[in-house]
Amino acid sequence: MNVIRRGLGNAVVQAFLVVIGLVWMTPLAGLFLSSLRSAEDTAKGGWWTVFTSPGQLSFDNYSALLDNSGITQAFWNTVLISVPTTVLVVVVAALAGYAFAWLEFPGRDTVFLVVVALLVVPVQIGLLPVAKLFGQLGLFGTIPGVVLFHVAYGLPFAVFLLRNYFAEMPKEMLEAARMDGGNEWRIFTRLVLPVGRPAIASLAIFQFLWVWNDMLVALLFADSSSQPLTVELQSQIRQFGSNVDVLAPGAFLSLVVPVVVFFAFQRHFVQGVMAGSVK
Amino acid sequence: MTATVVKKATAPAPAQPDGARGRRLRRRGRIVALLFALPALLLLGALVVYPVLFSVGRSLFDATGTEFVGGENYAEMFRDPATLKAVRNTAVWVVVAPTLLTGLGLILAVLVEKVRWATAFKLLLFMPMAVSFLAAGIIFRLAYDEDPDKGVLNAAVVSVHDAFTGSSSYPTARARDGEGLTRERDGSYVTAADVSPGGTAALGLVGVAPKDLPGEAEPASGAASDTAAPDEVRGVVYLDFTPGGGGEPGVVDREESGLPGLTVEAVRDGKKVASTTTASDGSFRFTGLDDGAYALKLPSDNFAPPYEGVSWLGPALVTPAIIGAYLWIWTGFAMVLIGAGLATLPRDALEAARMDGANEWQIFRRITVPLLAPVLTVVFVTLVINVMKVFDLVYIIAPGPVQEDATVLATQMWLVSFGGGNNQGLGSALGVLLLLLVIPAMVFNVRRFKRSQR
Repeated sequence: MNVIRRGLGNAVVQAFLVVIGLVWMTPLAGLFLSSLRSAEDTAKGGWWTVFTSPGQLSFDNYSALLDNSGITQAFWNTVLISVPTTVLVVVVAALAGYAFAWLEFPGRDTVFLVVVALLVVPVQIGLLPVAKLFGQLGLFGTIPGVVLFHVAYGLPFAVFLLRNYFAEMPKEMLEAARMDGGNEWRIFTRLVLPVGRPAIASLAIFQFLWVWNDMLVALLFADSSSQPLTVELQSQIRQFGSNVDVLAPGAFLSLVVPVVVFFAFQRHFVQGVMAGSVK
Repeated sequence: MTATVVKKATAPAPAQPDGARGRRLRRRGRIVALLFALPALLLLGALVVYPVLFSVGRSLFDATGTEFVGGENYAEMFRDPATLKAVRNTAVWVVVAPTLLTGLGLILAVLVEKVRWATAFKLLLFMPMAVSFLAAGIIFRLAYDEDPDKGVLNAAVVSVHDAFTGSSSYPTARARDGEGLTRERDGSYVTAADVSPGGTAALGLVGVAPKDLPGEAEPASGAASDTAAPDEVRGVVYLDFTPGGGGEPGVVDREESGLPGLTVEAVRDGKKVASTTTASDGSFRFTGLDDGAYALKLPSDNFAPPYEGVSWLGPALVTPAIIGAYLWIWTGFAMVLIGAGLATLPRDALEAARMDGANEWQIFRRITVPLLAPVLTVVFVTLVINVMKVFDLVYIIAPGPVQEDATVLATQMWLVSFGGGNNQGLGSALGVLLLLLVIPAMVFNVRRFKRSQR
């Protein structure tokens, strides 16, 4: 009796989770199918009509997208913003993380507490002052400006994460390396970085996705020649409804990179997001 | 450059060397350490710490930044209706979204442990975390489209609604004046002359475009000439219009089509005694009627405008709708984090309870939830911090005219400072308010870190 009831309960649970899974997949499937339909078909009916007339599907929107210089330029800008930001955040934070974990300098622990406090500072508060500053430095509206802003606001979390990871290293390991006469730079590159690889990987993936997906910072700091895909698409959203054949494939193009990264590095990704949630 | 400088440094003080040489070594060690930390400190100082101080100062000045106004901008925040709306909406977000997410995450985390494909399910639900708010915004703008032929949500709502209430067939149909049908105040039509059993009726309507006729519709003239048995009333409802002209009003001409699927009621002394639906040639038939005079009625349901679904992105529902999109993104996060906490629960406590005959609900309520309380708190607090700063989703999903109904602190700060408002004093004050709201989280982080260092 109990066994039957448990089996029945399990079937209900399975069915419930299947429904939830389908609900979760529908929005993404809807976007993808919409991206494969012409403007005329979209005006006539929803994406689910492809199940009865699959002839609507074609990659024409995507080839049109590749011919759209605004979109391709924006795609490269996205790469040119997110890759350097990721590299810079990792390098700068690894250097600082090592200093905060294993090197002595006056006020070290107090300064690190300030870094911890900065973890939750919202980017909004930096927009206006940094825009003024960049205006004076000629960085406003340029890719380096966007990158610098992202690096600065990525650093508190990055330093926090790497410092804590490096601090877990056995003290004896470092002392042995120092006894052997290794200087700090050597120890850093030959010992600390390799040991810290898992944390660095999680950080890099998290940071890359964060910047790839950003819209707010680029909305302010990028001009029309340096704007990433998110901003380019955002600028077309005013005509929503009449341009689904551009927005849907554009949105899909912008999300396919992070989703591939997600499936390729699931574990690091989940760890990075989990650790980053302190922000 | 850093590298060359650093290379000259020797090992700093593992054992404490004494004398002048030791001091020199220690000083060099400090310099090396500062060089390692310097890039980060410079960037943080110039682009994070300085801006915070600047914003706090700027928030005390007026829109142009020339006049010191003290707390005026902060007072303005609670006077200006748009900003006040943003404060209210943010409050709704902060209460509703984390609560729903934590609850949903908890339920799913517990349930997913019972199936074998838990990993695949977790991956699927976590995936939206990789999608940008912009892309999610476009996805949900599509899904929430008001037109049931375009937005999947309204398509679902309308088909469920129509399955239960039936869709009206002829919203545009009407009767010609003086052709035997009179219009009631509620939009229904009633025959002017009564019909008795054994009699027939032809009810003509106009105003139905040929393209709106159901595909099954057939000419009504055949059924119109049928005669009725003594205890029945027969008739047709037809489109009193001959395509191409030549038809006579009030007469069922040869080519005129029947109107299928209409509800017809037989009414006696103001009370409905029978109801039926017209066939494909528009014919209907009431059998077994008592003797007497009946009026035939076409109820207003036949002519009601079609149900258009829910106005998701209208002023009333826009915030709940955007919160729905937010749930799509963050539920996986809550589920995975709570699931990780679930894995650390002592198995024997659960087993012991099962042995004692506790059912799953009791175990969930009495053991799982209390033991998970710390994890649930962390998830909730994390979500609160993130929800306070929500910007992109609101900015993308809320259509232009509804933007002001959906506005939250972050979007309002943007609009006031850069999006036309151009009041950098008030904008800075809103930025500072956002910062003040996360200060508890800041204190929490610092405390937790200090404790972990002991």
